[in-house]
Amino acid sequence: MTARTMLDKLWDGSEILRREDGASLMWVDRHLVHEGSHHAFAKITERGLTVAEPGLTYGVVDHYAPTAGGPGSPAIARMIETLERNAKAHGITCFGLDDPRQGIVHVIGPEQGLTLPGLMINCGDSHTSTHGAFGALAFGIGATEVAHVLATQTVWQKKPAAMRITVTGRLGPGVGAKDLALAWIARLGADGARGHAIEYAGATVQSLSMEARMTLCNLSIEGGARFGMIAPDDVTFDYLKGRPFAPSGDDWDRAVDAWSALPSDADARFSRDITIDAAEIAPIVTWGTSPEDALPVTATVPDPGRAPAEAAARIRAALDYMGLSPGQRISDIAIDQVFIGSCTNARIEDLRAAAAVLAGRRAKVPGLVSPGSRQVKAQAEAEGLDRIFTEAGLDWVGAGCSMCVAMNGDTVAPGKRCASTTNRNFRGRQGRDSRTHLMSPAMVAAAAVTGHLTDVRPLLEGRAAS
Amino acid sequence: MSGWTTHTGTGVALDRDNIDTDQLIPARFMSTPRSEGYGRFLLHDLRYDAEGRERPEFALNRVTGPSVLIAGRNFGSGSSREAAVYALVDFGIRVVVAPSFGDIFASNAVNNGLLPARVDAAAAAGLAARLAGADATVQVSLEDLTVSLGDLTVPFEIDAVWREKLINGWDDIDLTRTHAGAIAAHRAARARHQPWAIPRGEAAR
Repeated sequence: MTARTMLDKLWDGSEILRREDGASLMWVDRHLVHEGSHHAFAKITERGLTVAEPGLTYGVVDHYAPTAGGPGSPAIARMIETLERNAKAHGITCFGLDDPRQGIVHVIGPEQGLTLPGLMINCGDSHTSTHGAFGALAFGIGATEVAHVLATQTVWQKKPAAMRITVTGRLGPGVGAKDLALAWIARLGADGARGHAIEYAGATVQSLSMEARMTLCNLSIEGGARFGMIAPDDVTFDYLKGRPFAPSGDDWDRAVDAWSALPSDADARFSRDITIDAAEIAPIVTWGTSPEDALPVTATVPDPGRAPAEAAARIRAALDYMGLSPGQRISDIAIDQVFIGSCTNARIEDLRAAAAVLAGRRAKVPGLVSPGSRQVKAQAEAEGLDRIFTEAGLDWVGAGCSMCVAMNGDTVAPGKRCASTTNRNFRGRQGRDSRTHLMSPAMVAAAAVTGHLTDVRPLLEGRAAS
Repeated sequence: MSGWTTHTGTGVALDRDNIDTDQLIPARFMSTPRSEGYGRFLLHDLRYDAEGRERPEFALNRVTGPSVLIAGRNFGSGSSREAAVYALVDFGIRVVVAPSFGDIFASNAVNNGLLPARVDAAAAAGLAARLAGADATVQVSLEDLTVSLGDLTVPFEIDAVWREKLINGWDDIDLTRTHAGAIAAHRAARARHQPWAIPRGEAAR
């Protein structure tokens, strides 16, 4: 039998049928919905349809969730109420604002054990690739597709090409999954992995925690890939064991046996193979308006005058929007505020990494720290991390998408510059005319302490980088 | 959704790469019901200044009723928000021509009858140069897979599945329901061989 990639195995397991034109009808094991899914509920209601599999559909309030006090406006309150009403009408379990399981959809899926290896997982959110960290087939879909999944528990999808990013070498202190992701996106471009499903492989990836693996898979879409995945192993199984929705007893043993067969065969062939040496990666920050505009913090801002003609106009426009000068040292860029949160970097390990830098220090700028879920919040408080943040002068707030997507009222004011652990530095992403620099939680903490973008490594000397 | 095979309309060029979904429709407008129309939100913060005045120099403000948009690479990258497509469609855009598209955006576009036509970078630049701010009539054929502007005709690429869908205006839900038997059989096999795929017990309540 021909050697198969993990993508082949996952695809075969979820494919109901394939048409002659190549479109596959796929079975959806988990469908996660949030406030933004209102268009899809409206579509099925318009047609008089009901939810085909309420038991496989889970709702959560995250995109519009207030992080302090109540909803910021009647429109925001209506978005949350609409989700809760739709969930109730269709018999869907919903992790609402008063549910201790509430949080960002890509944090709570794994946390609850809803995310499991071998499953196919859809959500109307592009960062659904996060769940691939467990060896699941997970991808973001639009509202028409969400309506289709609600009505049929299936989705039409053409199988993507398989791409492997192999990471070897040791990550230096203060360098992590966020830096790895920004490094490959800067190298291949924001559309570099378009049409592909990425499998992250190699000894360095295997050595990562589940939290770090989720960060890596989460950012796949920022390099153009709708899917990211990592082979399940003991790290995966240890994370999942005992989670509320994970199998138990004999089912657990059977599941682990099945999951252990999912990794790509040793001689499987990939359409594209990329190799990265982790030892060469420094802490990375973005300077522009696309995640591909990423450089080591030790570098200088690009000069459009020295860039190839086809890139010069774009660099110039990005620098103009970001208020930066060509050739300026990145570590001289002063910031107005920081944000630690989002489905990319708001899990317990991310908060520990930021706290390791902030402990005993004061932030020179204001900022928000929004844990990825209420469970992460409780755990952080049990570990005393909340006190480190508040003693540093940062606001410790509730769980949700918050200032990453700026839908709940948490925004960066026009012209202000934010060092952010989020996933997109697009124009206006964190609020109209906001300026976002993406980086790891440790790097955001370092920026908070110094008031400008800075290399976190000297700040970690003599401390254990968590 | 009704199908189509040819389209003739006014072209407009947006000479930028990476026009992402957050530019196509800023997040703050997304709690609006679709019935109110999304056209006014399209590229809002590029079209209007902070006081809500039209920016006269912006390409979309210089052309009346464009329906074919020619743009740079990685158009529609970012979020899965279908609202980005609604904004284009409600504004009157039927075709976007670019060297590459965000995968999720392209799929959302096809689901709304909007053609994401992929051309090489030189062809996109050639089309944009001919438009150069002036009105021009563009013809697009899903049969020949070509975009024409004056004497310039360039080929475009689109996935065969998507081409069929645009031409036929297929409704996926109706199509899928014809496979109800196969779907039920798959579910039953899943429940038998991977029982953990179907949550049970306390947690599932």
